[in-house]
Amino acid sequence: MSADSSDNIIEVEGLGTRFGDNVIHENLDLQVRRGEVIGIVGGSGTGKSVLLRTILGLKKPDQGRIRVFGENLQELPEAERRTYERRWGVLFQDGALFSALTVAQNVQVPYREHLHMEPDLMDELAAAKIQMSGLPANAFSLYPSELSGGMRKRAGLARALALDPEILFLDEPTAGLDPIGAAAFDELIGDLKQTLGLTVFMVTHDLDSLYAICDRIAVLAERQVILVGTVDDMLTSDHPWIHEYFHGPRARAAIKKG
Amino acid sequence: MGIFRNHQKNPPDSEGAAGISLEEEGDTLVLRASGEWVVAAISGVDRQLRGFDAKSGQVTRAVFDLGEVTRFDTSAAVILSRCAYALEEAGARVEFQNLNEAQSLLLDKLGQDGPPAPVEEHEVGLYAHVAGNMGDAVIAVSREAVGIIEFLGEVVAAVGRVFRRPARLRWVPFVHHMERAGFDALPLVCLLTFLIGAVLAQQGATQLSKFGADYFTVNMVTIVFLREVGLLLTAIIVAGRSGSAFTAEIGSMKMREEIDAMRTLGLDPMDMLILPRVLALIVTLPMLAFVADLMGLLGGGVVSFFMLGMSPGLYIDRVRDAADFWTFAVGIIKAPFMAAMIAMVGCRAGLLVTGSAESVGQQTTHSVVRAIFLVIIVDAIFAMFFTAVGV
Repeated sequence: MSADSSDNIIEVEGLGTRFGDNVIHENLDLQVRRGEVIGIVGGSGTGKSVLLRTILGLKKPDQGRIRVFGENLQELPEAERRTYERRWGVLFQDGALFSALTVAQNVQVPYREHLHMEPDLMDELAAAKIQMSGLPANAFSLYPSELSGGMRKRAGLARALALDPEILFLDEPTAGLDPIGAAAFDELIGDLKQTLGLTVFMVTHDLDSLYAICDRIAVLAERQVILVGTVDDMLTSDHPWIHEYFHGPRARAAIKKG
Repeated sequence: MGIFRNHQKNPPDSEGAAGISLEEEGDTLVLRASGEWVVAAISGVDRQLRGFDAKSGQVTRAVFDLGEVTRFDTSAAVILSRCAYALEEAGARVEFQNLNEAQSLLLDKLGQDGPPAPVEEHEVGLYAHVAGNMGDAVIAVSREAVGIIEFLGEVVAAVGRVFRRPARLRWVPFVHHMERAGFDALPLVCLLTFLIGAVLAQQGATQLSKFGADYFTVNMVTIVFLREVGLLLTAIIVAGRSGSAFTAEIGSMKMREEIDAMRTLGLDPMDMLILPRVLALIVTLPMLAFVADLMGLLGGGVVSFFMLGMSPGLYIDRVRDAADFWTFAVGIIKAPFMAAMIAMVGCRAGLLVTGSAESVGQQTTHSVVRAIFLVIIVDAIFAMFFTAVGV
């Protein structure tokens, strides 16, 4: 797709994160391959969202190195970093929509800021993204405070997809969605991956999503990524936490369905 | 901005160029797309494609050849399916050629819902707009007045409950707000009132010396400060400092549904949030005003010493001559009323915050503006009252 031919689109090496005395990550390594959907799982407080924020550069790593698109973005000059940041889209947990803008304006923010585009075309593209993310057409001119939690999430996704990014970061995308909506969401992510060659980095607890669309799963525990692999690898692991996660009652139900 | 646009070739920052060629072969239209059809480069081809839409009535068959497209994203699919839709509406047959699997999937995905519904826009004429705004403003002001009176009633009822059972009052937040709104405001209040006292004395001394009445500077500073300026200044500082803080605090709690959470837990936000703030301000504003009076007189004294050569002992004597108890009391009596206004307006504005961050800012501004307005109204009412009773 682009110039750098490396197989790994995200590389985390020896990441260390601490908040005061509280060590979250220690010597954490993770590689994400181009074009895959990777699911990040882990108990509460294992630093899944912190890892996401660190990769995005919202938090400086205390130790270690992070390369996205083969570049250490922290070391690049501001302007160059921006061009890389444009190539990813992020969906935050609650959508993180700009509350002063309508849904359509939210989706159009990247167009306005990064491209020079006719208003008509912007409206059209925004409408398509909004429709793709599963929102009804009348959501176009609503404000975020007028949307339900699930709709905010979809609107957030529409904004994340606005520039057709190469990497999509999702923070618990299906949490708070009804099962039908969650399944549609999974399907959408699968389609995007197939059509656009999207790489998806997804923090999730949704076992159905893990089974349905994740190529690989990375398990965060004990301050590190203790296992990266397919669902089958997870099922055969004898690590107690992983075993309980993938063999618990909910997991069994998800396997039956899948 | 428009002048700098250059859509035809590459918009700034485009990663590649999207190309398009249109050929008419009899009643067949052939559209050949090439290059990188990605969002960064889409504006240019979109304009050419829109020109092409216009001709759609004249052909019966259209061929979209994507054989030379190297990249293709959703924005490309959006404009192509729009164009295809328009052609089909006009009765032409549309064929896509040399599609790869991903491209056809993307086009299907967008095509299955039809073109996105156009956005409805309500056009309103200028006169209707102005009249509408005026009407809205009138309604807003009257609602506001009713709202403030309602809220006043609620607060008074809550104060009544607390008087019956003082244990109901949340003492910890009450003391906390006394510290934050009162004690923490001391340095600012002291500094400003000292300076204003000094300025007042300096101006008075300069002007009154023209009549040889410069000794009356002291009378002027004393009376003006004790009756009006000390309290007014303090009230305005507190409105800006604490009234706005109340609005922002309660407003962001409202936004994050903390207020709703309180209600579901059986806690009354009136007891938990509003009463402690209102009562804390009612208690602390008179004290602040008292300190403000002292600092103003001190400022006047310092200037009198340097400009008029008046010794501190003499200055104190003259202050005592100029003011009696009621001069001081007239100022301080107003303080609790102003405090109640500031706190209530601040808290109410906080509760009026709706979902957006913008509305927090808006309500905070409103709260300060209204609080200062009401402070001055209260002051004017008291001035009339005191004139009538003759103090």
